[in-house]
Amino acid sequence: MIMNLLSGDGPRSRILTALLVAIFFALALAPFLFPGTRPLDVAAKVCVFVLLVASYDLLLGYTGIVSFAHTMFFGIGGYGVAIAMSRLEAGWASVALGTAAALVLSLVLSFLIGLFSLRVKAIFFAMITLAVASFFAILASQLSDLTGGEDGITFKVPELLRPATRLLAEPFLGVAIGGRFVTYYLVFGASLLLFLALLRVVNSPFGRVLLAIRENDFRAEALGYRTVIYRTLANCLGALVATLAGVLYALWLRYTGPNTTLDFAIMIDILLMVVIGGMGTMYGAAIGATIFVVAQNYLQDAMKALSGAMQGVPLLPDLFHPDRWLLWLGVLFVLSVYYFPFGIVGQLRAKAKK
Amino acid sequence: MADALLTLAGVHTHIGHYHILQGVDLAVPRGELTMLLGRNGAGKTTTLRTILGLWRASAGAIRFESEDITQRETPSIANLGIAYVPESMGIFAGLTVRENLVLAARSGPPEEKRLDWIFRFFPPLKKFWQLPAGLLSGGQKQMLAISRAIVEPRKLLLIDEPTKGLAPAIINNLIEAFAELKQTDTTILMVEQNFHAAKSLGDSVAVMDAGSIVHAGRMAELAADAALQARLLGLSLEAHQ
Amino acid sequence: MKPGIDWIPPALLLAIALGALAMIGNPSTWVTLTVAGLAMGLLIFIMSSGLTLVFGLMDVMNFAHGLFIAIGAYVAASTLKLLSAAAGSQSFLANLGAVLPAMLAAVLIAGLLGLAFERVIIKPVYGQHLKQILITTGGMIVAEQLIHVFWGPDLLPLPRPATLRGSFLIGDMAIEKFRLIAVIVGLAVFAAMLLLLNRTKIGLLIRAGVENKEMVEAMGYRIRRLFVGVFVAGSALAGLGGALWGMYQESVTVHIGANMMVLIFIVIIIGGLGSIGGCFAGAVLVGLVANYVGYLSPKIALGSNILLMVLVLLWRPQGLYPVSKQ
Repeated sequence: MIMNLLSGDGPRSRILTALLVAIFFALALAPFLFPGTRPLDVAAKVCVFVLLVASYDLLLGYTGIVSFAHTMFFGIGGYGVAIAMSRLEAGWASVALGTAAALVLSLVLSFLIGLFSLRVKAIFFAMITLAVASFFAILASQLSDLTGGEDGITFKVPELLRPATRLLAEPFLGVAIGGRFVTYYLVFGASLLLFLALLRVVNSPFGRVLLAIRENDFRAEALGYRTVIYRTLANCLGALVATLAGVLYALWLRYTGPNTTLDFAIMIDILLMVVIGGMGTMYGAAIGATIFVVAQNYLQDAMKALSGAMQGVPLLPDLFHPDRWLLWLGVLFVLSVYYFPFGIVGQLRAKAKK
Repeated sequence: MADALLTLAGVHTHIGHYHILQGVDLAVPRGELTMLLGRNGAGKTTTLRTILGLWRASAGAIRFESEDITQRETPSIANLGIAYVPESMGIFAGLTVRENLVLAARSGPPEEKRLDWIFRFFPPLKKFWQLPAGLLSGGQKQMLAISRAIVEPRKLLLIDEPTKGLAPAIINNLIEAFAELKQTDTTILMVEQNFHAAKSLGDSVAVMDAGSIVHAGRMAELAADAALQARLLGLSLEAHQ
Repeated sequence: MKPGIDWIPPALLLAIALGALAMIGNPSTWVTLTVAGLAMGLLIFIMSSGLTLVFGLMDVMNFAHGLFIAIGAYVAASTLKLLSAAAGSQSFLANLGAVLPAMLAAVLIAGLLGLAFERVIIKPVYGQHLKQILITTGGMIVAEQLIHVFWGPDLLPLPRPATLRGSFLIGDMAIEKFRLIAVIVGLAVFAAMLLLLNRTKIGLLIRAGVENKEMVEAMGYRIRRLFVGVFVAGSALAGLGGALWGMYQESVTVHIGANMMVLIFIVIIIGGLGSIGGCFAGAVLVGLVANYVGYLSPKIALGSNILLMVLVLLWRPQGLYPVSKQ
């Protein structure tokens, strides 16, 4: 039954299964296992980014498209909800309206980008998406009346999700059951559902055609599949899921701004997560996002200790300075592309086969 | 018959998943013009490209002047004295006619006498000397492509469908040029679909089908045997007059 | 294809310049903006010319190209600091004695780095576009972080030497001295490239290779050996551009390279991938438009370049001066 839920695409490695199960339970029971605002924040971010990175894996790992515009769709989702909630009455109808508007915009943009650029070489496409994403970021910061400019938009969420709301008067198992609790499970539940949906898509006939196109698009064309259509569809689907991830993230943060969604650094982060985790596996997104977000928040403390221990030695303390954690991740990323093209998941599965 | 300048023995070539050459055995006699005939998709172009190292043979041996060139890099094969005129002609459109020839003349500026010889065959090249090669018509581009191959003496010319898409008058011009070229000591391996041209120029002939050689012998014999022609080349033969 | 040079793009540039004059009204403001536009454009040309050749010839897109720009800027900054006596002096010759070594150091170190980068990072992934994009992007991240380590995360000031500051005054018009220098250096680089490409055998090989690598190899040339040379030259030029850009801005940050990348991509796409003439025209176009629009309508200035790219692509999808590829 579980295999059915996973669309027949199991982990295929005991270690991987153990890791995924651990991550699943940690996220599912996060409010109970990790009390406090910061751990819950990390957990919510993990959920959102697992989804965001999985949607990117659809493009990169399954269809073989490198796009630098993914954060744009993430941002469209966030801004859609934020603008709706701050201008209209802060209720569920506004959430729905904002989300719908964001989805439509993302669909149109991804369709246009797909149609225009997917006919050309991959490199050309990557450059164009870079230009488009940067244009969008500029737009967002310039249209400050609409988007709040550099400061972004802080907004009220529907009453059920507000921190002040109490569902139960008494804490349950030591956890206050209120707005944050509900919001967390909304984020967790939606991310889980959409992730499983993506698994279904990549294991469907459509998904198999995508893989065929990634392997050899000449052959796929010869077999009768119009690759432009499939690529555009994959592009749109990835964009739509990224938009939804943006909506969820905005609802959690009760804020949207250029630095939480549109920053190029986030695009880089997504790339790191998907490559280190494992391209073309979906589970790689889960592993990669978890490692990354946790490291982002907790590794820096470890590095600070390490750096402190190295005082006096030239250069080394600087190399291990907590701000330089991206350096090590970057090195890991480059090594992964060379030596572990299928990332952690790929390595684990290869070991399991032996 | 002359000894073989170039031999292919059991050559296989795979392109991706496709097994194009399936055991090609071919001997190209020195000093002669060998025609490589066959239907579309038989593997003729792939054979030329494999000889030159543009595709890597997956099995078998290719020997040139008794040297094994099967695993060599393309530039090193070309420098043994082999020139190539691809089906697409490979003209550098942004370079002038002069620059195209300068590039082709590896050991120094093209010799005056050679250029005069080339201009005699192909007068338009003189006219367009300093102009970008992209301005040339199809037939003129073909003239340039062939001129590049002969701007210096070469031991072997690999020529892929030189008459393709050209007007009959130009084809005759080319045939005359090749006929005169044959007087020099050059060995030529030519792929042709035009049987009239093939008949006029070929000394030996090899016919390919489905990735291997199905007939090899003298052109004169094939030209005289209509039944053999029909069997090997099908009805496509006479249509290419 | 038409014989001779295609004069439409330069005519277009002239039209834009004149149109801007009409819209700006004041001739001296226009001159200032035009010189600024030319300076910026030519600096971008220096930085992007290498990239377009590398892509045209080797089919390699180096998303880490900005790294060489950054290194050039940082090395120049450090060199000027080292030679602060000469840099601070009031004598033009002494200033040159600081600036020229700074530029030279930038060129050399960026070039060396380019060599290492090509052999270690790029060579293993020739022909694999996906991996190239990923690896060079990753390389960029690591490099930026290493710059942090060596030079610190703060903004590094890069003051221009005394005699290179300020402007020439011609009647009503103020022409910034350094901008003039940028224009001169840029034109010199362009002239040198044209000479190399059109009058030497190597240039011939490069131009032919950009069109059809395979045919050049079939003619007996080991064109792959040229690749390294072109890559190193491209990186060295990027370093030079970075050094000049740093002095233009009078400050250097880690992202100086990455910030230019979008603009550089726009320029080489507008110009036509693999075309030096196109890169030149595209860069001047981008520089002029950025400055004119920045004055006339600051709000849309930042996005104007991308709009420009879209417009040019709608007119000529392969760029202003496309290279005929086989």
